[in-house]
Amino acid sequence: MSFRHWVILLPLIAALLSCSAASNDKPGKKHTVTIAGSTSVMPFTEKLAEHFMVDHKNFIVDVQGGGSTAGIQATINNTVDLGMSSRPLKGEEKRLNTITICYDGIAVVVHPDNPVGELDLDRIRQIFSGRISNWRQLGWVNRKIDAVSREEGSGTRGAFEDLVMKGREIDDGTMVQDSNGSVKEVVATDPYAIGYISMGLVDRKVQPVAINGVKPSIKTIKSGRYKIVRPFLYVTNGELDPKSRQFVDYVLSKEGQKILKNEGLVGFYD
Amino acid sequence: MRINPRYINRLVRMGLNVQAYFTVGILIIIVAIIFFKGFPHTNFAFILSFPEDMGREGGIFPSIVGTIQLALLSILLATPLGLGTAIFLTEYTKESLFTKFIRFGVESLAGIPSILYGLFGFIFFVIKLKMGWSLLAGVLTMTIMILPTIIRTSEEAIRAVPRQLRIVSYSLSASKWETIKKVVIPAAIPGILTGIMLSIGRAVGETAAIIFTMGSSLRLPLSLMDSGRTMAVHFYILAREGISMEKAYGTAVVLVLSILLINILAYYIMNKAIARYS
Amino acid sequence: MIDRTVLKEHLVKWVLVAFALSSLLFLFLIFIFILAEGLPLFLKVGVNKIIFGMKWAPTKGYFGIFPMIISSFLVTIGALIIGAPLGLSCAIYLSEYAGKRTKMLLKPAIELLAGIPSVVFGFLGVIYIVPLVRSYLGGSGFSLISTSLVLGVMILPTIISISFDALVSVPRTYREGSAAMGATKWQTIYKVIIPSAKSGILASFILGMGRAIGETMAVIMIAGNALKIPTSILDPLRTLTGNIALELAYATGDHRLGLFSTGVVLMVIIMILNYVANFGIKRKIAK
Repeated sequence: MSFRHWVILLPLIAALLSCSAASNDKPGKKHTVTIAGSTSVMPFTEKLAEHFMVDHKNFIVDVQGGGSTAGIQATINNTVDLGMSSRPLKGEEKRLNTITICYDGIAVVVHPDNPVGELDLDRIRQIFSGRISNWRQLGWVNRKIDAVSREEGSGTRGAFEDLVMKGREIDDGTMVQDSNGSVKEVVATDPYAIGYISMGLVDRKVQPVAINGVKPSIKTIKSGRYKIVRPFLYVTNGELDPKSRQFVDYVLSKEGQKILKNEGLVGFYD
Repeated sequence: MRINPRYINRLVRMGLNVQAYFTVGILIIIVAIIFFKGFPHTNFAFILSFPEDMGREGGIFPSIVGTIQLALLSILLATPLGLGTAIFLTEYTKESLFTKFIRFGVESLAGIPSILYGLFGFIFFVIKLKMGWSLLAGVLTMTIMILPTIIRTSEEAIRAVPRQLRIVSYSLSASKWETIKKVVIPAAIPGILTGIMLSIGRAVGETAAIIFTMGSSLRLPLSLMDSGRTMAVHFYILAREGISMEKAYGTAVVLVLSILLINILAYYIMNKAIARYS
Repeated sequence: MIDRTVLKEHLVKWVLVAFALSSLLFLFLIFIFILAEGLPLFLKVGVNKIIFGMKWAPTKGYFGIFPMIISSFLVTIGALIIGAPLGLSCAIYLSEYAGKRTKMLLKPAIELLAGIPSVVFGFLGVIYIVPLVRSYLGGSGFSLISTSLVLGVMILPTIISISFDALVSVPRTYREGSAAMGATKWQTIYKVIIPSAKSGILASFILGMGRAIGETMAVIMIAGNALKIPTSILDPLRTLTGNIALELAYATGDHRLGLFSTGVVLMVIIMILNYVANFGIKRKIAK
């Protein structure tokens, strides 16, 4: 390819650049709602967005991960329309508006072959702080416990620290994975692992442990018997703009809440 | 007792033989696993349809498009830059402190691990230049990453062009630039193409630098400011989050097959080029 | 009127100079931006508390990355223990023993191994190596040894191709001289060829180290990412690269700065390795 070709190609690239920049504000009457934040809330928001866009052809809902903290920051900076958070706001962040879209239990999960089906809160705290490190101490085989946690900054870890650890630190020897899905994969493949994930993701690959005798389920959360629960929030900077409101209204509608319920989350209708 | 050196010789030969084939065996096993597990899940529908339910169902069309966009756009930017640098280094200067500096720059860029490119692209393009997670940020990061490969292969290719060709061109009273444009570059094209193919292979397989600059949105990127997901990133997410092993293997087949084809093509072109001048 | 061709020649030359400078500019930008984000924390928290700190809890004000530095070196050494002998043997076989046709088959195959994306290595490591280690050696399988095994394979192409070049460039007269004195092939290789190709072989090991220490995606999939310095080869561990990749998407404020500080340390290590491999050793060859 000679240089002359490049002389032709470069303006082409420039043209591509400019037309794509222009396509953003073309009068195509498409409304784009950008959402970013918690990776725990993201899969459910994606699902809601898929269904929403079927009925609202002139909408594009762009869903990104990034984590609760990043999503909240992006909302403060107005780089997204909606932020997703899987933990309550703290300090400075409290000036944002919050919309609770549903509640999510955090399930402590083990491998399906693991016979230890019940633990109390104190035991779980001791496992993750490294005080209990062998399954024999819990009445099973003489084998090290492979505890799996989430990384610093994750909303699920934050909620787990608040609700379960209560000030006790998670041991440095604990394995760390960077999403609910990868924690679940480790627990699903390692018979001696224990981890915590969003209840909505529990399926046959992992076994949820009963905590103080209560198995996590929509019922036990509603009745208030299962205690490790956190809200899934959408946050906005100031009032909702009309296009985002349409999406949020859909999420809070019976139809949207039904989708969330099917995913194992606790919504506002039955 | 002394062992006959000949036996040792034979033993060593056997040992080395085993190890060399063991290494190639690893490659064959990797490719075989991917293909046996993945082929049942790969077909035209898989390639041409959109993913549903986060990739649990459906195909990988948007990620294929995203991969092609990323690879082609970064090649489009990196080739003129890299080829220009190579021409400058070979035709316009003698070895000096200045060329040493430039070479140092190229070598250093080549040695930087991809996660540091990701870190840089994230802070510079995504945050400081406010591009957000976008195709553009991914393309610009990738351009810098593949630049050293293009420079090095183009430089070698240009150096391999016989001097006689240039002398003939000058004797026909062509200027330096005309000689380069009409004689040197056409003669060096196979080598330059090799570099381009290798760079495409790298762009297709890269994950760490791309996931922090281009993001991981599953939508079809329609503009440079859209976030997108390349095949490698899609595969990573499918496998790591345990979304669907079948789809992960299926994606891996398309991913590995395209990289193998691209690289084989690159070596084929290179061998042709070597055969031409020796 | 100045000759238009002369003018054009000048223009072309200056455009090419600008292109050539772009690589330096990019390198400069990468340096400046990673340093600008990474250094402030060193000043604020203290170099000692970051580099020799044992505790990483950035949301609580601890930024110690000493365990990760150690872990990065441990997996790299592990990878070398596996990759270096295997790679060198392959290179020797290819340069000294293999016939032309075998060479034509093996060399491209090994180069193709270099093109397989690291996520694929990581994935296969999780599916095949991790369970194998778990059931035969114990522990969770996400461990120092699994990571080293996979990285050892990943650095093979680097080691093979660079030490192959070094072996091939040993002059033929050396081989002929040794053979003329009645040495067997192995004696020639062992006593003559390897010593003369020593610096190139060393460079291949160091560049392999650089590749292993910089590898990210495969490592976060297999290493388990625990924050402690591993006390056995079956313990999980977190490398510098893993730390960045795990937490970058989530981090804000000082936490993000802490990840860039991790990046600064990684960059310094890589620069030292590359400098040693490219300049320190090549200069020796020239002498």
